Amino acid sequence: MKNKSFTALMASPYLIWAIAFIIIPLFMVFYYGLTNNDGTFTLENVLAITDPRHLKALGIAMLLSVISTIICILLAYPLAMILASKNGSKDKIIIMIFILPMWMNFLLRILAWQTILEKNGVINTFIEMFNALPLFDLPLLNIINTPYAIILGMVYNFLPFMILPLYNSLNKIDPNVVNAAKDLGANNFQTFIRIILPLTLPGIISGITMVFVPALTTFAISAMLGGSKISLIGNIIEQEFSTASNWHLGSGLSVVLMIFIIISMIFSAIFDKDGEGNML
Amino acid sequence: MSNKLINLENISKSYDNQLVLDEMNLYIRENEFLTLLGPSGCGKTTTLRIIGGFETPDKGRVIFDGADITRIPPHKRQLNTVFQKYALFTHMTIAENIAFGLKIKGKSKAYIDDKIKYALKLVNLDGYEKRMPNSLSGGQQQRIAIARAIVNEPKVLLLDEPLGALDLKLRQDMQYELIRLKNELGITFIYVTHDQEEALTMSDTIVVMNQGYIQQIGTPEMIYNEPENAFVADFIGDSNIIASTMIKDELVEILGAKFACVDKGFGVNKPVDVVIRPEDVELVKPGEGTINGVVSHLIFKGVHYEMEVTANGFEWLVHSTSLFPVGTEVGIKVDPFNIQIMNKPESEDEEAAPIEE
Amino acid sequence: MTKVLKNIYMALIILFLYAPILIMIVLSFNAGRSRAKWGGFTFNRYITLFSNEDIMSALSNTLLIAVLSSLIATLIGTVAALAMSKMRSIFRTTLMGITNIPMLNAEIVTGISLMLLFVTLGVRLGFGTMLIAHITFNIPYVILSVMPRIRQLNSSTYEAALDLGAPPLKAFMKVVMPDLAPGIFSGLLMAFTMSIDDFIITYFTQGAGIHTLSTKIYASVRKGIQPEMYSLSTLIFVVVLLLLLSINLIDVISNKKADKKRKD
Repeated sequence: MKNKSFTALMASPYLIWAIAFIIIPLFMVFYYGLTNNDGTFTLENVLAITDPRHLKALGIAMLLSVISTIICILLAYPLAMILASKNGSKDKIIIMIFILPMWMNFLLRILAWQTILEKNGVINTFIEMFNALPLFDLPLLNIINTPYAIILGMVYNFLPFMILPLYNSLNKIDPNVVNAAKDLGANNFQTFIRIILPLTLPGIISGITMVFVPALTTFAISAMLGGSKISLIGNIIEQEFSTASNWHLGSGLSVVLMIFIIISMIFSAIFDKDGEGNML
Repeated sequence: MSNKLINLENISKSYDNQLVLDEMNLYIRENEFLTLLGPSGCGKTTTLRIIGGFETPDKGRVIFDGADITRIPPHKRQLNTVFQKYALFTHMTIAENIAFGLKIKGKSKAYIDDKIKYALKLVNLDGYEKRMPNSLSGGQQQRIAIARAIVNEPKVLLLDEPLGALDLKLRQDMQYELIRLKNELGITFIYVTHDQEEALTMSDTIVVMNQGYIQQIGTPEMIYNEPENAFVADFIGDSNIIASTMIKDELVEILGAKFACVDKGFGVNKPVDVVIRPEDVELVKPGEGTINGVVSHLIFKGVHYEMEVTANGFEWLVHSTSLFPVGTEVGIKVDPFNIQIMNKPESEDEEAAPIEE
Repeated sequence: MTKVLKNIYMALIILFLYAPILIMIVLSFNAGRSRAKWGGFTFNRYITLFSNEDIMSALSNTLLIAVLSSLIATLIGTVAALAMSKMRSIFRTTLMGITNIPMLNAEIVTGISLMLLFVTLGVRLGFGTMLIAHITFNIPYVILSVMPRIRQLNSSTYEAALDLGAPPLKAFMKVVMPDLAPGIFSGLLMAFTMSIDDFIITYFTQGAGIHTLSTKIYASVRKGIQPEMYSLSTLIFVVVLLLLLSINLIDVISNKKADKKRKD
């Protein structure tokens, strides 16, 4: 195994695969994005992002994914702390509980949210049941086909991806480090702000990338919960490839999308040098 | 070394129905270097954590300087801890680590800077302010953990196996360092270890514990020379523990032979355990000692030879600077002062236990 | 009190995560065809499911692609991880960077990029292109779960085996492989899961007329989902649930046994 050529031989299948199906396809996106129909170089597909319709779609996607990511952090952090404080053989099962939903097809689960949120959906049926009683006069829930429903779908779908890295990074903290902070006079709040939060930063960053990128680029959640009125940048790109069939424009917008992803990747690389926040 | 600074009264603690400490009573005097010594699971760390405030006892009280602090949370206690494996804050520089407790207390920047300098000098690490904990060696991290604790001027420093992760040479150096520190600071140290040599070297008082009970409290000399039961004798140093019979005051029958001793008051023809340290066994010409035997093993240990002598059906462990080759017939002689008589164990925790570490 | 609050909080999040699953399960027993209205209880969907050719072929495509792609990805990924551990660090870092691309890039971009490649090369989109796409996004999961295991390897055990006279391949299989096995297995499992669950990349690399469960569901969202889809998903969910529970149960029992032995 020390033999160099043997190492090269072992690496070659993956190397060839990676070049053929990771590197070259990415170049294809850039090629299509930077040319027009007759193959000449142009920036117009990339600059098409400044088209008000596209800009609005990108802006809404940014806004909704940022809000969803923040909600995910706020929901997941306390939960991860609760989970990390439990010990013994039970915690494995509890973690499983949060992974298990991923085994039911996510499109079906999003579809189920439609059923729950609809005008005549599950929640409104319950509200009407209550309203039939005296003393109750609750307003009906009316968020299907609004941005709120999309946020709910994003939070719902990506929450486990925030819980796991947070849980892992919390679990890695030596309990004595927390004890040491208290021993030196810090109360619970000070210990959290000065010790626990900075030590879990890699987990937070990793969770943010794992929630933010897919939320920013989704088209299925918005198509199913946002109705036809709200388009995210993902929907625009998807349409360019399916119905509009303008692959050059779709690729150009994808290049723009990638720039945003690269920026968020650079952020995560700066804060998570050792890959501590990885899920695996 | 007069007034009792800390008093543990009837402390009991159990985890999952397993009793870790049972009705423990112990006081610690001001300025004392007290060591809790025992095998893993004996309750020594739990005792320390109860004093530090990280555990609450199920029963009993912790009195500190006259006040009951049993339910006071750790961040409000006037003592600081040096943790196992250091527990440094890896996201902060050395200076920030040391400053942590002082910043929480709202001390001025000038005061904090002064204190950092002073503490780093005290632990021989001047100029390390800007370094990160992970770039330091184990021994250096240990010193920082101590510096971080002592800048808060605690009345008591709790040390939980602080040298456990260091190698032998460094451990010995740190032992002298800790004694020096304690003398310079003039505060109380409560030290937890399973290493009997550490305990003997540094302590004013050693508390030997096993299975949640205190076995013996005393100075290192008392613990070593006059162990109260087989467990203590066995845990502290090498020893020959032999089931014997106390014939009358000052005479004991060991392995069928009569030895003069200095102990009294055990009664007549009473079964006892006898402890004889290997360095106290004198080897002489056959017939000149109390019993005769044959050397069966010999190892050179540097400062002395370690031998095993089979005599009257018992393998005597002997340390001697003179060499007796394997097969030599020898006589065994023991000075009456060096024979330590102990009552037979009354409970499981007082029995000599095989040492795992 | 705080403990009660913690448990309530946990219960609320669990309710949030499981509410849609509960709805799915309820709908699978709904006799009416509408999603919104309860048309009475029926067990029929679980019988008609197996004669629903659309769904059955989507299911078999999904499973076939998942099995094949995870196995091939595990093979390529494991060999690659072993090779990477022996490489000079500059090559290793580069290859690791490439490996991270499909993990960090948006799925929509990965899907589009593969589609552009296939179409430009004139490859007809279909089962083959879907399989290649799945292998591509599965390999990184395998590498990332095998790599830490390799790093933990004690190289002297391999050398000890050689020293005791084992030929290199045998030494590798007998000594190194057992240490790597858990990592390889979890990589395989992860790859299989990701493959089953994937929608976006499959969507862009699928050919006309060939569906996995995901694309089938997406295609029929507007027309209305065949109720058999609910019963199939319920079945899959229950099977996975039972599987995980039994694995954990075995784990817990064997842990308890080990504990007991240690105490004796």
